[in-house]
Amino acid sequence: MTRVTLILLLLAAAVAAGAETVAIRGGTILTVTGGTIPNGSVLVRDGKIVAVGANLSIPADARILDASGQFVMPGIIDAHSHIAAESINEGSVSVSSMTGIEDVLDPRDIDIYRELAGGVTTSNVLHGSANPIGGKNAVIKHRYGKDAKGLLFEGALPGIKFAMGENPKRSRGQGTAARYPETRMGVIDVIREAFTEARAYQKEWKEYENAKRAGAKGLVAPRRDLELEALVEILEGKRLVHAHCYRADEILQLLRVAEEMGFRIATLQHVLEGYKVAKEIREHGAGASTFSDWWAYKVEAYDAIPYNAALMVEKGVLVSINSDSAEEARHLNQEAAKTMKWGGLTGEQALALITINPAKQLRIDDRVGSIEVGKDADIAIFDRHPLSVYAVAQKTLVDGEVYFDRARDLERRAEIEARRKTLLEKQKGVSR
Amino acid sequence: MTAMALFLLGLLSDEVYAIRGARIVTLAGAPIEKGTLVIRDGRISEVGPDVSVPEGAEVIEAGGLEVYPGIMDAISQLGLTEVSAVPVTNDTLELGDFNPQIRAATAVHPASEHIAVARANGITHAVAAPGSFGDFGGRGGFGIQGQASLVNLDGWTVEEMAISPSVGMVLRWPSLETREFDFNTFETRTLKFEDVKKKYDERVQKLGGWIEDARRYARAVAAGGETDLKLEALARVVTKDLPLLVVADDERDIRAAVEFASGRDLRMALLSGRDSWKVKDLLREKGVPVILGPTLALPATEDTPYDKPLSTASELQAAGVRVIFASFSSANSRLLPHEVGNAVAFGLPWDEGLKGITLYPAELFGVADSLGSIEEGKRANLVVTDGDPLEIQTEVRYVFINGRRVGLENKHLRLYEKYRARP
Repeated sequence: MTRVTLILLLLAAAVAAGAETVAIRGGTILTVTGGTIPNGSVLVRDGKIVAVGANLSIPADARILDASGQFVMPGIIDAHSHIAAESINEGSVSVSSMTGIEDVLDPRDIDIYRELAGGVTTSNVLHGSANPIGGKNAVIKHRYGKDAKGLLFEGALPGIKFAMGENPKRSRGQGTAARYPETRMGVIDVIREAFTEARAYQKEWKEYENAKRAGAKGLVAPRRDLELEALVEILEGKRLVHAHCYRADEILQLLRVAEEMGFRIATLQHVLEGYKVAKEIREHGAGASTFSDWWAYKVEAYDAIPYNAALMVEKGVLVSINSDSAEEARHLNQEAAKTMKWGGLTGEQALALITINPAKQLRIDDRVGSIEVGKDADIAIFDRHPLSVYAVAQKTLVDGEVYFDRARDLERRAEIEARRKTLLEKQKGVSR
Repeated sequence: MTAMALFLLGLLSDEVYAIRGARIVTLAGAPIEKGTLVIRDGRISEVGPDVSVPEGAEVIEAGGLEVYPGIMDAISQLGLTEVSAVPVTNDTLELGDFNPQIRAATAVHPASEHIAVARANGITHAVAAPGSFGDFGGRGGFGIQGQASLVNLDGWTVEEMAISPSVGMVLRWPSLETREFDFNTFETRTLKFEDVKKKYDERVQKLGGWIEDARRYARAVAAGGETDLKLEALARVVTKDLPLLVVADDERDIRAAVEFASGRDLRMALLSGRDSWKVKDLLREKGVPVILGPTLALPATEDTPYDKPLSTASELQAAGVRVIFASFSSANSRLLPHEVGNAVAFGLPWDEGLKGITLYPAELFGVADSLGSIEEGKRANLVVTDGDPLEIQTEVRYVFINGRRVGLENKHLRLYEKYRARP
């Protein structure tokens, strides 16, 4: 547990016995789904938003967070992250659906805190893109200081990573041993083969369950296959597919093989040429989660354009902007602002790209993604409008608890530096 | 755009332009709140609140718009790489550790799509620099990597683009850093300090030898000696004709590099400079300017404050160190103003930020007599925007390079318009 958290918990305990009420008072509230409230307040009880408005009566025992002159927005949601994980890629096989990030969550990763300092409260921690069908994801809340289990976004629909193009076909080598697939043909084949097997496995289990229900005697349960089990969950709509892809042609191929096998892609990740096939993406019903403006770092990113997000929005696709990077995640608000410059989105549309839209894509929009009564009090407070390059996050709350406070962070620096020096001295003593 | 249209645009370079009614941020005195700027023969011929529009001038009505000096990317790889993951498209780093004779301008590809993309966001000129930058260059790197070239981001050929084919000598300082990231295995290795130190000392000694050779060479040539292309190039560093552009990030490495350059009376600028905030007093004392890499970067260590790369510029500036910003990139060169905006958010005065991508790099590279601010007689490299150029939402409306109005057309806009029109 960090010292910040500890002190806050003690404070909370001292102030309120029983239900803790927090009032964020006097800021411009950017609700995202219900417009902007100038000089408004947000009332939080037991980690949930209980009131939002301009003239709220604030209970006498409420802890006040003064936000006058500041901007209050829903905590930012990063639909593509690789933080807080000990390992990312199980790339030795072309289908690694038996593996999962949840098994390797690292709650001590400093990036959880660094991203809180950029207003991020929820991240979709994904397996890497080494294989056509990768491992399972973990949706986390940035409850820095809690243990691995405490990070998990309870109740979030589980997901899995797919990957298309240069990464799974491993055309960039990196000195690794040859592995099927090596072409885009092979990538699609791996997916088709895997789901053909998964459907047979699903049928086997259904027949067994039906026979059992019918009271058949001497039944032997089919052998469990953890690789196929995850794929059956996809077929049954219990697991979301987040598919890494770049080129328009591979996006289309993926949508078609999914339709053929009887499931839907929840989100196309990166989807840099999504603007070329926005119509097909919308018709399939997939969401699209993209970078704001990275391009030209590989051939399949050569046609990436910073207008991608805006153009897909214009064509009716549910779009989010993600980071795929512990650094980029710290300024997703700025990345969203780029869609106003490149593509002409409104401020409200831009903010939705990093709040309610990723929440919908991850099917957690009943809990987070906007400032609404009944939702989790995951909130970021900036000193200026968050779509400005000059906006600096001041406080970030998860479940109504302050996990980042810039003033407190600045105060603690001298103390941390002193402790660092002491430790270095001690280390010198030991090595002598 | 058709070849004919481009040809016609080329003819317009002799045109006289008058940008009328704009807010003009000159960086040479207070901004002109409502003024007119006249461009003639590629230069700024008149600027002021009461300037009249010459007869025959093409008038750009700029009420509500703002005019700034063109933005300069002080260290970039523009023109030297197209798709970084595809080695055949990269002309950034030559083999060997002693290449003072090579010049970036030799390889700058005028048709690179990156150039028009950067230009559309107000970057009018850039230093194309050879060498390995940032972590991607590998901490194990070392060497004199060649001469950096200053180019306009417009021109049919590199000869038309070049402002100066040689403005600085890039040196990758050897590092005492023992952690090394291996891009072949994607793993971090820790080397033995003694081994790293031994190699480091050898390299510094080698470097000292080259500098001494160059000094002797300069004297020998004066006495009629034979030509040596490497030493001839390096002699321009020992005579202080060219600044030594030293890439270093680690505190110890920066200190050693500054002591090395000052001990040999060389003109040095620090490049990248991740730990420069730890060395600010020495940098000020020795008058070493810093060309910072992207401000949007992660802190070097877990216990470094989360905002250190964002606040480094303001710390250096407050300590009296000259701060310049650069993208160190090609594809991301267009983001340079936003990188500076982030430094301003964390304490750097706004005008210092703007000067860090206009006037200050022009001064460092010896071209401030013709670039870097809006003054009569200077080269007309200008950007006309609808607001603060450091702010992300701001749109660039017009770009002038060498007095020529260049189109904002680029690969990204082209694809956007093409696919936006898809039924």
